[in-house]
Amino acid sequence: MNRRPPEPVQVVKQRRDAALAALLGSVPFISFLGVTFDRRGDELTAILPYRRDLVGNPMLPALHGGATAGFLEITALIGLSWGMLWEQVETGAIDAAALGEGWCPKLPKTIDFATDFLRSGLPRDAYARAEITRSGRRYASVRVEAWQDNRQRPHAQAIGHFVMPQGPMA
Amino acid sequence: MNKPDLDFVKEHFAKELPYVAALNMRFDDLTAGVAVMTMPYDARLVGDPESGVIHGGAVSALMDTTCGAAVFSHPEASMGTATIDLRIDYMRAAKPGCAITARAECYHVTRSVAFVRATATDGEGDTPVATATGAFTVERSAQEGKA
Repeated sequence: MNRRPPEPVQVVKQRRDAALAALLGSVPFISFLGVTFDRRGDELTAILPYRRDLVGNPMLPALHGGATAGFLEITALIGLSWGMLWEQVETGAIDAAALGEGWCPKLPKTIDFATDFLRSGLPRDAYARAEITRSGRRYASVRVEAWQDNRQRPHAQAIGHFVMPQGPMA
Repeated sequence: MNKPDLDFVKEHFAKELPYVAALNMRFDDLTAGVAVMTMPYDARLVGDPESGVIHGGAVSALMDTTCGAAVFSHPEASMGTATIDLRIDYMRAAKPGCAITARAECYHVTRSVAFVRATATDGEGDTPVATATGAFTVERSAQEGKA
């Protein structure tokens, strides 16, 4: 048998983490809002750590609807972009190590984004996952769900439509 | 129901809501059921590094805040309101460097729901940057409910 030995796990992890970090680092608004991503294989969970800055109703207090909507839109856009980037990095079309400061990836553009506010956002961390319901060559539809304490009780959900960028991301 | 004077609201609202303050939004105008607010351009809000265009998420915050203020200022609605749903259509990219101004109008209020539409412009041409439609809660006191 002439089989190639599997890549060392650190090499694989480093490549994928570098690609994700480069993608997230390229969008200033993601750091402004303070959104981070937890990666398990190709699956991403977005995290919005609670900050007083994100409050919209100080009496309750509750997260600002705009902060929640922005968090969901980031989750959808990164979900779509990560899907493309993952493929291009894993097939070797893009060298993840070469992506760094100053990289301007071609990102999908939002056509419309509709957010349902199901419960008031509590003053604590929020999580979100994007599900790409349709991904065509030009258009994509994405559903996002966000929750706080209890995964079964989402505080917001959203549907968005996007125009996909053409060509390689780097 | 005693509502604070709209001029007072205009003065304090933006400063006292942390996320609204973080985005440096300010009121241009607030009359019964109509709110106009501006969010200055800020490099920290960029969503597309290639073009320097502001992220849709920041535009959402401006739309949500302006729509909420339009509900709040409506004579038949209450002080407190929360977004039920908000849909935003992004017609074109906002010009990098330009402030974005949103005008929201609360065009119908029922016993429990306020309907709002909004338009955002960047001062360039006639096509808005984005439009929004939303439904907001109307909270009424127990006494009003009986009236």
